[in-house]
Amino acid sequence: MDEFPLLTCIILTPAVGAVLVALTPARRPELSRAVGYAATAATAGFAGYLLWHFETGRAGYQFVEDHRWIGSLGVRYLLGVDGISLFMVALTALLFPLGLLASATLTERVKAFTVWMLILEASLLGVFLGLDLVLFFVFFEIVLVPMYFIIGGWGHENRVYAAIKFFLFTMAGSAFLLVGLLTLAFLHARAPGNDLTFDLRVLMEWAPGGLSDGTARLLFLAFFAAFAVKVPLFPLHTWLPDAHTEAPTAGSVILAGVLLKMGTYGFLRFSLTLFPEAAVDLAPLLLVLATIGITYGAIVAAMQPDLKRLIAYSSVAHLGFVVLGIFALTTQGLEGGLFTMISHGLTTSALFLLVGMLYDRRHTRQISDFGGLWKSVPILGGLFVATAFASIGLPGFSGFVGEFLALLGTFLVHRPYAIVAAVGVILAAVYLLWAVQRAFTGEPSGENATLPDLGFRELACVVPLLGLSLFLGIYPKPVIDRVEPSVKGIIEHVEDHTDYEEPAVATEGEEAER
Amino acid sequence: MSARELLDLVWLIPALPLFGAVVLLLFGKRIGEPAAGWLGTGLMGLAFAWSVVTFLALRDVEPRAHSYDLFTWLPSGGFEVKMGFLADPLSVTFILFVTGVGALIHLYAIGYMHGDARFGRFFAYMNLFAASMLVLVLGNNFLVTFLGWEGVGLCSYLLVSFWFERNSAAVAGKKAFVTNRIGDFGFMLAMFLIFARLGSLDYGVMTEGADGLANGTATAIALLLFLGAVGKSAQFPLHVWLPDAMEGPTPVSALIHAATMVTAGVFLVARAHPFFEASGSASEVVAWVGAGTALFAGTIALVQPDIKRVLAYSTVSQLGYMFLALGVGAYGAAIFLVVMHAFFKATLFLGAGSVIHGNADNQDIRTMGGLRRYMPYTAAAFIIAWLAIAGIPPFAGFWAKDEVLADAFFADQFGVWAVGTVAAALTALYMAREVWLVFFGNERFRAPAGGDPVEEHAEETPRDSEEWLRGPTVAYGEPPRSPRLTHDRHEVPPTMVVPVLVLAALSVVGGLLNLPFKTLEHLGHWLEPVFEGVPEIEATSFLSAARLSTLSVFMGVLGIAIALLLYRRGLPDPARDPLDERLGVAGRVFGHAWYVDESIARAVAGPGRRFADWLNDGLDHRGIDGAVNGVANLVRRTGGGLRRVQSGLVRNYALGVVFGAAGLLLFLVFRAG
Repeated sequence: MDEFPLLTCIILTPAVGAVLVALTPARRPELSRAVGYAATAATAGFAGYLLWHFETGRAGYQFVEDHRWIGSLGVRYLLGVDGISLFMVALTALLFPLGLLASATLTERVKAFTVWMLILEASLLGVFLGLDLVLFFVFFEIVLVPMYFIIGGWGHENRVYAAIKFFLFTMAGSAFLLVGLLTLAFLHARAPGNDLTFDLRVLMEWAPGGLSDGTARLLFLAFFAAFAVKVPLFPLHTWLPDAHTEAPTAGSVILAGVLLKMGTYGFLRFSLTLFPEAAVDLAPLLLVLATIGITYGAIVAAMQPDLKRLIAYSSVAHLGFVVLGIFALTTQGLEGGLFTMISHGLTTSALFLLVGMLYDRRHTRQISDFGGLWKSVPILGGLFVATAFASIGLPGFSGFVGEFLALLGTFLVHRPYAIVAAVGVILAAVYLLWAVQRAFTGEPSGENATLPDLGFRELACVVPLLGLSLFLGIYPKPVIDRVEPSVKGIIEHVEDHTDYEEPAVATEGEEAER
Repeated sequence: MSARELLDLVWLIPALPLFGAVVLLLFGKRIGEPAAGWLGTGLMGLAFAWSVVTFLALRDVEPRAHSYDLFTWLPSGGFEVKMGFLADPLSVTFILFVTGVGALIHLYAIGYMHGDARFGRFFAYMNLFAASMLVLVLGNNFLVTFLGWEGVGLCSYLLVSFWFERNSAAVAGKKAFVTNRIGDFGFMLAMFLIFARLGSLDYGVMTEGADGLANGTATAIALLLFLGAVGKSAQFPLHVWLPDAMEGPTPVSALIHAATMVTAGVFLVARAHPFFEASGSASEVVAWVGAGTALFAGTIALVQPDIKRVLAYSTVSQLGYMFLALGVGAYGAAIFLVVMHAFFKATLFLGAGSVIHGNADNQDIRTMGGLRRYMPYTAAAFIIAWLAIAGIPPFAGFWAKDEVLADAFFADQFGVWAVGTVAAALTALYMAREVWLVFFGNERFRAPAGGDPVEEHAEETPRDSEEWLRGPTVAYGEPPRSPRLTHDRHEVPPTMVVPVLVLAALSVVGGLLNLPFKTLEHLGHWLEPVFEGVPEIEATSFLSAARLSTLSVFMGVLGIAIALLLYRRGLPDPARDPLDERLGVAGRVFGHAWYVDESIARAVAGPGRRFADWLNDGLDHRGIDGAVNGVANLVRRTGGGLRRVQSGLVRNYALGVVFGAAGLLLFLVFRAG
């Protein structure tokens, strides 16, 4: 291949950055920081180049790099990007420099922190770009390690408990994934005329017809276990509030912004394509869990005394919309789910950043310790309120586009779920505005009255996220245009291998009714 | 420029105040007072001017509708929504009064908000509100309308909570938004169903396709849309947010919670009338909810002691009339009442604002009285608006309300007609009570000697005093607020008087828009193209129409007469309200708003809270997470080696897991290979 290996560059840049940071002396934290900024900025630059040169309107993988890796096992170094992964890569590349910027107040072991962050970025990018199942799995697992150390090393009071819980939950899920993908590959290799391969492109053409129904279901559930923990789906979600709450700000941002999406990305990339029949059959199970997540997450969020925990539970609700949309298996549903993944990455990250800034000032996250902050720190207060409305899904912000499409897409095929899930739209307003009321309104007293407002660095962390959310809420077309061919590809793939058919109105609109 | 080219530029109308909002949000503080106010007002004036141009242009096109798509907003598969605008008689009627009344209220606010620390921010929110409202009415599909719909909800939240240092204001803003969201839930489901059946959210597609829908589908769509309207327009049982919304600055109450935003529900039903027409039974529901709310809110307004709360419940009641009209198919009459109501209710609220403004922020009508001598212009305007709302000819309200009731009667909806007619007497009664207690009778606004008087020139209470933080709203059952003025009231500055007088003048002559004579029904004829195909309601004879008019005038006069009888001398003892006393138990039920709000609050705080607590603490914490920790403990107890984890060697443990995972991977791969 004589093309420029752009995707490799994207993954390698933060990895190389990590090595370089490791070479800086530990007593020169500013040097570690500078290298960290440079590496994440360069990665963002490559991601920007990718966005710019990504060909809109094409369903297949682009910028594919395919090399033999472990020849005897058929494992390949196979990278590629399509509409499903494009914006996950972009989101990752955007959030890491902002996360590092937000960590500028960190003073302890800056070098180690930066190294772990860069390794985390590289592995996350690998997750979204790897198309060989083993390669994907390796990245999927590596992600755990830096995240574990970031929570455990730089977190709050209960960090050890949270880090271990996070690790065990996700490891348990991954074990199933590993067994599942190996079984799949070996079953494929056993069929006459096939070689051992982990190439997703090959397996997704073979698996839907090649597997028996029962096997496909078991394998679907094995993959499901890994992804459902990551999302997290009810009732596998309890690691999330602890991990979110105990993680340092940058950790929470990456957890919410990118890490959770590994689960929903996995559903889109693997579950739907490899096991379409099982996905259609078991969709009601996922729709139920998603709907519970949406309503349950929202109610429990409302009851949290800790602002970070509240946002963590709101993630359970938001990701519920994503899963709902994905397993609705309609164009609007999938696009709504994907869009919510992007939007949630922007708004929830912004909320975590803002709570982090509050923590820097007050050294508490308890809502009851705050009060009247809108008056004492009007810029922080105003931004928090604006971000809260973006997160609530107010039209004009990206959250609305995602949730609306996800619900619409669900309504077309599974009406009752959409109706129950739409209640989540009311509940989101309850938990966030109640929190705003308790923390930000009223007359500030005591320490709350004399806090410094946001500085330039802090604004530079939050404003881009909020600005993007606003832009995508008003003009989501650039994203949807790039996503749509891949989404249609997935749905057609499902339709080809099952007797499921997407309702005509979803693809043709009013033409279908004529 | 041709008329159609002019109509292509209709998006400028929301764009002007939107521009103002952005500028004022970013630079409001730097622009400062009063320039920020003049900028906001000026842009509203320009928007009004452009609305007039749009109106003139629309008169030159045939058919009377012009749609223009600015850009593609949301294209997802077969679902494609444009950021598109529709200029037709309905939307143009709305933009004319939204920008016109809006500009006047902006002007008034320059004086009212004088000295406020967040002066610029106030006008930013007001402009953003106007822009959203204009998007709402100008959208050419449901989703653009929904964009404006949620935008006005946001601004309502921001403006009700504008003085968020006050806890009551912060709570009221949240309540308004959340209650509205319940309605939005219906609106959203309606859109899903419309798309599922018609394949598009476009108003054009709706007009063509609604007829072909199954009756059940049309009814479902119509009722879901109506749920949205009930939330936004504060109809029973989602009316509970509007009285609390009076915590906002009074110009907000005038603009948002009387003249414009709350009529958005009326607009939505009028816009989506093909669904209601196709359903039939949905319209029946609309008519009864409207009539019921009109009566229900009218009874509550009778005994409220707060000048703004009376007006708030009055607004709920008047909105009920509008839905009554929509429900009987009298769309033109409903829109007529919307416009007239905007005139007289804005007058009333701004007049109330003037009264409060100079009364040391006192809103308790029991400790006012005789103010006409000190605020002659305000009093004149208020009285005109009162006669208008009470349905006394020839003021604006008479023509509108009379048409609504007559249409109900001639549409053979005698039930709703009777309820509406009784409510008309209540309207006259509670408004006359308010007018008499505020402007006539004995003067009760001076602080008694030796009390805690406000300084002669410090009329404003300091913004962080306990008094101010408690909020000005007087609930039913509270003892009268002690008056704190040591000097005589005086008239408010011209920027506040002029808008009130202009609006009052409109309340006098507004009726000319639509006199009930064939050639003078200007508004009715203008709106005809929008409601094409809706059967027209005809009076059976001139005589019966005249008899109905006489009856409704009689109801108005009756209400006023009762009030005069009770309040002609004012209140000898502010703690004793004669109407309340005569009503006995009923008075208490009315005063507590039929305990609806309190019951909801109790249900949410009681069983609702307990359920949420159980979900959080019982199920999530102890149930699910408890199970997880239980398993973990079991593992830990059996595996003694893992105990070191707890002693802090996190790193070793994690590395162990990593190596373990890697080992497992290798093992599996090689063994299987």
